[in-house]
Amino acid sequence: MALLEVSNIRKIYGKEEVLKGVSFSLEKGEVLAIIGSSGGGKTTLLRCLNQLVTPNEGTIMVNDKVIFDSTLSKKMSEAEIRENRLHFGLVFQQFNLFPQYNVMRNLTLAAQLLEAEKIKKKGGSREDKRAAFQKIDEKAVALLERVGLADKMNAYPCELSGGQQQRVAIARALILNPDILCFDEPTSALDPELTGEVLKVIEGLKSSDSTMIVVTHEMEFARRVATKVIFVADGVIEEMGTPEEVFEHPKSEKLQHFLNKDVEFKPGK
Amino acid sequence: MSFLEVTLLLLDGFKITVLLFLITLLGALPLGLVIAMGSMSKFAPLRYLTRGFVWIIRGTPLMLQVILVFYGPGLIFGVQGLDRFPAVVVAFILNYAAYFSEIYRGGIESISAGQYEAGQVLGMTKTQIFFKVVLFQVIKRIIPPMGNEIITLVKDTSLARVVSVTELLKAAQDIVGLHAIIWPIFYIGAFYLLFTGLLTILFNIIEKKFNYYAG
Repeated sequence: MALLEVSNIRKIYGKEEVLKGVSFSLEKGEVLAIIGSSGGGKTTLLRCLNQLVTPNEGTIMVNDKVIFDSTLSKKMSEAEIRENRLHFGLVFQQFNLFPQYNVMRNLTLAAQLLEAEKIKKKGGSREDKRAAFQKIDEKAVALLERVGLADKMNAYPCELSGGQQQRVAIARALILNPDILCFDEPTSALDPELTGEVLKVIEGLKSSDSTMIVVTHEMEFARRVATKVIFVADGVIEEMGTPEEVFEHPKSEKLQHFLNKDVEFKPGK
Repeated sequence: MSFLEVTLLLLDGFKITVLLFLITLLGALPLGLVIAMGSMSKFAPLRYLTRGFVWIIRGTPLMLQVILVFYGPGLIFGVQGLDRFPAVVVAFILNYAAYFSEIYRGGIESISAGQYEAGQVLGMTKTQIFFKVVLFQVIKRIIPPMGNEIITLVKDTSLARVVSVTELLKAAQDIVGLHAIIWPIFYIGAFYLLFTGLLTILFNIIEKKFNYYAG
């Protein structure tokens, strides 16, 4: 059974139908790259998964558990939505770190709030809390080491480069152990010389038990890292397949056109 | 009249000025937040109501509002209204709460949606996002306009004399009228400058405290 099962997601903004019935599934350990022109619905799709946007129709299931179902008569409560969201992590194009907190606190804030809530529910003691927070701190340090920023843990976001900020944002998303980590054009706000360090970190996360969805314009990266590629155009999945199928043997005219344009912009290659 | 005698008389008036200033802040700072919430409410009637209130308060002179609160109940409804000082306090709190609410609203609306979304995807509740993520950033952004407004309040306290509350300016006017000397009216300028000077220094310190991060 697939880890993620998305079926027939539709999203309408006013008169415009941004997503016109999108379905796909994802196995554990896969890296899905979503490509397509701007305004095609890629970001909206990601935001639907993270429940930042409520789809008009469709279902989303993670590990056989219903995360969203438009046919349910009863709307999910705020608390349920919050819990369901935690199956997904999201790394934003604009990083969205909390500027008033240092790097360490950016990582630990949400984790500590969730842990404190859990301990309170169980009626745990102050010692339990201290021990749990200690663990969170250790995990944060380990994650910062993993993204190569252990020496920056006391720095504030404004003191970091864009690439460093995005690496912190990745560590922040990882600390909650999401089943599926989503990236919304993680390098689009970066200077070209900084995209490499971020892509390298993302590539380094690839493993048999980490599942990722990356909305990206970096075709080289998608081709190299993804196990599955979806080409979204005008609110539908125009083409889906392995990187080789999509990049080497594009079937639809739209995809051929899209990939050609990408070449045109990089005359050197 | 000697300089000392005048100073002592003026200090009595200054006490009223400071008291009015402090009580107004104490009332208007929280009330402004309530009004700001109302003017950002998703419930349209409440939003229109609070925005209408803000329009009326900001669209009429504070002096008129002081007169209305003091004389209104007696003239319009024939009932006993508030005493002079409490009436001034009520008018001031309502007036400044309206101005503060707009500063709060501007501050809250200036925080990017990305901050809320980052909180949401990290599993925070709306309350946690407001208090742990947004509020601090809002405070940093509204310090300069709040400083401006609070310094204006110092000088606006002189409007209380319109209903015969003897604050600093009226205290000086009384001396001028009774003793036929003109200089006390200029002398009070020093009081106001001292007061606003201290506030300016205070706000500079607060601003510096928040300057450890940019954004």
